[in-house]
Amino acid sequence: MSDHDHDHHDHDHSELSEMDLRVRALETVLSEKGYLDPAALDAIVQAYETRIGPHNGARVVAKAWTDPAFKRALLEDATKAVATLGHVSRVGDHLVAVENTPQRHNMVVCTLCSCYPWEMLGLPPVWYKAAPYRSRAVKDPRGVLKDFGVSLPKETEIRVWDSTAETRFLVLPMRPKGTESWSEDKLADLVTRDSMIGTGFPKLPGAPS
Amino acid sequence: MNGVHDMGGMDGFGKIEVEPNEPMFHTRWESRVLAMMRAMGAAGAFNIDTSRSYQEALPPHVYLSISYYKRWMLGLQDMLIAKGFIGKDEVAEGHALGPAKPLKRGRFTVDDVERIMVRGKFGRNPQAPAKFKAGDRVRAKNIHPRTHTRLPRYVRGHVGVVERDHGVHVFPDSAAVDAGENPQWLYTVVFDGTELWGADSDPTLKISIDAFEPYLEKA
Repeated sequence: MSDHDHDHHDHDHSELSEMDLRVRALETVLSEKGYLDPAALDAIVQAYETRIGPHNGARVVAKAWTDPAFKRALLEDATKAVATLGHVSRVGDHLVAVENTPQRHNMVVCTLCSCYPWEMLGLPPVWYKAAPYRSRAVKDPRGVLKDFGVSLPKETEIRVWDSTAETRFLVLPMRPKGTESWSEDKLADLVTRDSMIGTGFPKLPGAPS
Repeated sequence: MNGVHDMGGMDGFGKIEVEPNEPMFHTRWESRVLAMMRAMGAAGAFNIDTSRSYQEALPPHVYLSISYYKRWMLGLQDMLIAKGFIGKDEVAEGHALGPAKPLKRGRFTVDDVERIMVRGKFGRNPQAPAKFKAGDRVRAKNIHPRTHTRLPRYVRGHVGVVERDHGVHVFPDSAAVDAGENPQWLYTVVFDGTELWGADSDPTLKISIDAFEPYLEKA
C-alpha cells in the first residue's frame, strides 16, 4: 500500500497528498466528535485485507464441482448452502449462484454502482467499478470478453445479470476437463476471480498459476 | 435520477483496463475512506441507498473524472454535512468545533467490526400479496424519478419476463430519501437483447435486472 504505487490512476502526487490530508481531516473530525474509534477503522481494514477474497468463492465452486448435493443446494439458495461450509466466511442474504453450461454463459455487472459479492470475491477490482465495464457489459458482453482475451462459441447464450438490488450473484463456472480425479483443494486453485464474475474461465489443469 | 452513474448501454468509455496484481487499496487513504463509510453507516448515520444517492448527485464531470474512492470520500463528506453530523467549517479546520449529533446506534467501536463483515439484511415481511409471478410478461415503467432509483434507464419502457421472485425487500427509492423502508416485492426480470438494443443486438444476449414491483406493470 505504498503511496507511489498508483500508476493506474490519472492522479499526480500533489492530488494524492491532497487526498491524504482531506481524508485525515475527515477522520480527525469524526473521531473528535466521538462518532467512531480510529482503532475500529484499523480493524475494519485489517478484516478486509485478511478475511475476504476470491479464495472464499473458489472453495464454494470447488465444492459444487465435487458434491452434486451441495451444487443443487447452492443453485437453490446460495446463502443457505454457503452457510453450511464452516471454513468459508459468513455470507449475507440473497446470494444467488448461477451456473455456466455449454449452452449458457453468465456474466455479472452493476451498471448503477459497484454491487459485488464481497463475502465471496473480496472487494471488486477497479475495472469492475469503472465506466468501460459498467456501460458495455449489458450491451456488448462479447466485446467485453474480447477485452479480457477470451471468447465463447457464437451460439452460446449470454446472460448478463445487472445487480440492481441487494441480491448478489456468483457465477458457477464449468469444471475444466481433465480434472475428474482432483481433490477439492486442488480444484479450488483453478477457480479464478474472473471466472466467478463471468469475464473469464477457470485455469486449465497444468496451466501456470 | 437520470445521472451519469446510470451508464448501462452507453458508448465511448473505451477499453476495459485490467490492472495485473491489483492491490486491495492503492493508497492508505482509500482504505480509510472505505472504513469510515462502513463505520458511519453501521452506526446509523445513513443507509446504503442514501449513500449511493449522494455519490450519484455529484456533478457529472466530477463523477466521471475521479477515482472510485475519491467519489466515496466526496459523497460521504457531502452526506455527513447535509445530515448535520459535521460542519463545513469542521472539515475545513480538520477538527471538531461543535457538539456531536446523536447516532442511531451509537459510537462505532472495535466491538462493532464483526457485525459489518456480513452484509445487512434487506428482506422484509410482505405487506401485500405479490402482483407478479415467474413467467409473467411485464413492462418496466417509463418513469424518471428526480431522486434515487434502481431502475436503470436502459430497460425503461421495455418488456421482459419475470424469472424469479426474491420476496419483499427494502425499497431503495424510499429509503434513499429517508421516507422509510416501504418494503416491496423484488423480481428478477429478463429482457432479450433485441428488445433493449434493437435488431442489431447479439441474438444470443439476455439481460436481467432485479426490479422492485413499483417499477413494473403488466405487459
